[in-house]
Amino acid sequence: MIPMIHVENLAKNFVLHNQGSVAIPVLAGASFAVAPGECVALIGESGAGKSTVMRILYGNYLAQGGTVRIGGLDITQAEPREILALRRETLGYVSQFLRVVPRVPTLEVVAEPLLALGRPEDEAMARARDLLTRLRIPERLWALSPTTFSGGEQQRVNIARGFAHRYPALLLDEPTASLDATNRETVLHLIEEAKAGGAAIVGIFHDLEARARVADREIDVTEFTPRLT
Amino acid sequence: MTPLLNVQGLTKRYGGRIGCADVSFQLYPGEVLGIVGESGSGKSTLLNCLAGHLAPDAGEVIFDTRSDGPRDVLTMSEPERRMLGRTDWAFVHQNPRDGLRMRISAGGNVGERLMAVGAHHYGAIREKATDWLGRVEISAARIDDRPSAFSGGMQQRLQIARNLVTGPRLVFMDEPTGGLDVSVQARLLDLIRGLVRRMGLSAIVVTHDLAVVRLLADRLMVMKDGHVIETGLTDQVLDDPQAPYTQLLVSSVLQV
Repeated sequence: MIPMIHVENLAKNFVLHNQGSVAIPVLAGASFAVAPGECVALIGESGAGKSTVMRILYGNYLAQGGTVRIGGLDITQAEPREILALRRETLGYVSQFLRVVPRVPTLEVVAEPLLALGRPEDEAMARARDLLTRLRIPERLWALSPTTFSGGEQQRVNIARGFAHRYPALLLDEPTASLDATNRETVLHLIEEAKAGGAAIVGIFHDLEARARVADREIDVTEFTPRLT
Repeated sequence: MTPLLNVQGLTKRYGGRIGCADVSFQLYPGEVLGIVGESGSGKSTLLNCLAGHLAPDAGEVIFDTRSDGPRDVLTMSEPERRMLGRTDWAFVHQNPRDGLRMRISAGGNVGERLMAVGAHHYGAIREKATDWLGRVEISAARIDDRPSAFSGGMQQRLQIARNLVTGPRLVFMDEPTGGLDVSVQARLLDLIRGLVRRMGLSAIVVTHDLAVVRLLADRLMVMKDGHVIETGLTDQVLDDPQAPYTQLLVSSVLQV
């Protein structure tokens, strides 16, 4: 099967120009692939580069070497507008933090990925209502901006938004962190549904039970840490 | 896809001093491009050259016109360029007073743009003006008030209505949220974003406010001393800046 996400020989350094131009090598020779319907968990201790890998896959960090093909597009060489189109249609990302324009109602925040794809408003809103209901965000909050919500509520809104469109490739950064048992179960169901729907998923899960349940494989990113000789 | 705007080698000097130097970029339909940099970096000079308010010394500004396809705006005749400014382009000034007629009513400010492109039925103009005041959240009851009686945030929303009523394809914005209270800024950002998405507008937004570009712009250009020093996806440039100056700019923002 052709992998949905294909990383080859990826390298990443940070150069801190305003701190003595110190160069920090973070990744070297990182290679892995994720097939449709497969969920891969990135593991490794804090600081090993799990989040850096995720951010490079999303086009949020630049790679210094190697290729990252997602749905056939090499994002290390792609134009910004190609990455924007990829993010709209193919590649979703549930980060740990919700970042939205203040004042936009929760329902619209969740429906936005579908509206950006040009889906009819009623269809987008119906999907948003369904997800918010499943994630137990009380209906009286839907018309309010999520910026004033509690941390856990914001996270669930973020998850609802991330699953609104059925992306063929999905990045999940600790999707079950700080959720109670019932909501955690809902999120795991959403992940299982996405897998069954053929999504290729890369995730960071500190929740070991969750990882064991949804991940088919583990990739230890410490293997990608550059050897300093 | 043909870019809506294709800028090549745009240069403007003020005597021996550089305004902006050798700026090239493409803007595609539906894209919002942010231009950031500190005061004096050349971002406003660039915007004014693009919008035809300043004559550059060198370069091309090729706009994909509705009737004749891509054409260099800089070699157009003055009437042609003025027509473009009334139909396909809009310019939102930082200070609403520069973009509004302060002595005529709010409805008149919106209606005047319509009349400039040939509308002449009073009832239809007033109806459309009322509709647009509603879209920018100004009560229809204020249609006959002069903008001088409006708050700063309302004036800015009125300026946006006046600019967008003719259905432009490209909007230039110079610090659109500058000088407004933070709460008013958020409302305006939300409004601009909604309008951009629903109307499929392309926009070029000049600002020094990194929070504004993060929420509004798809792509970012960083300017320093008249030169573009870094470009890329907005979140990529802000989260993984490569140029020394961009790193300094991003790390200098106070966290709240």
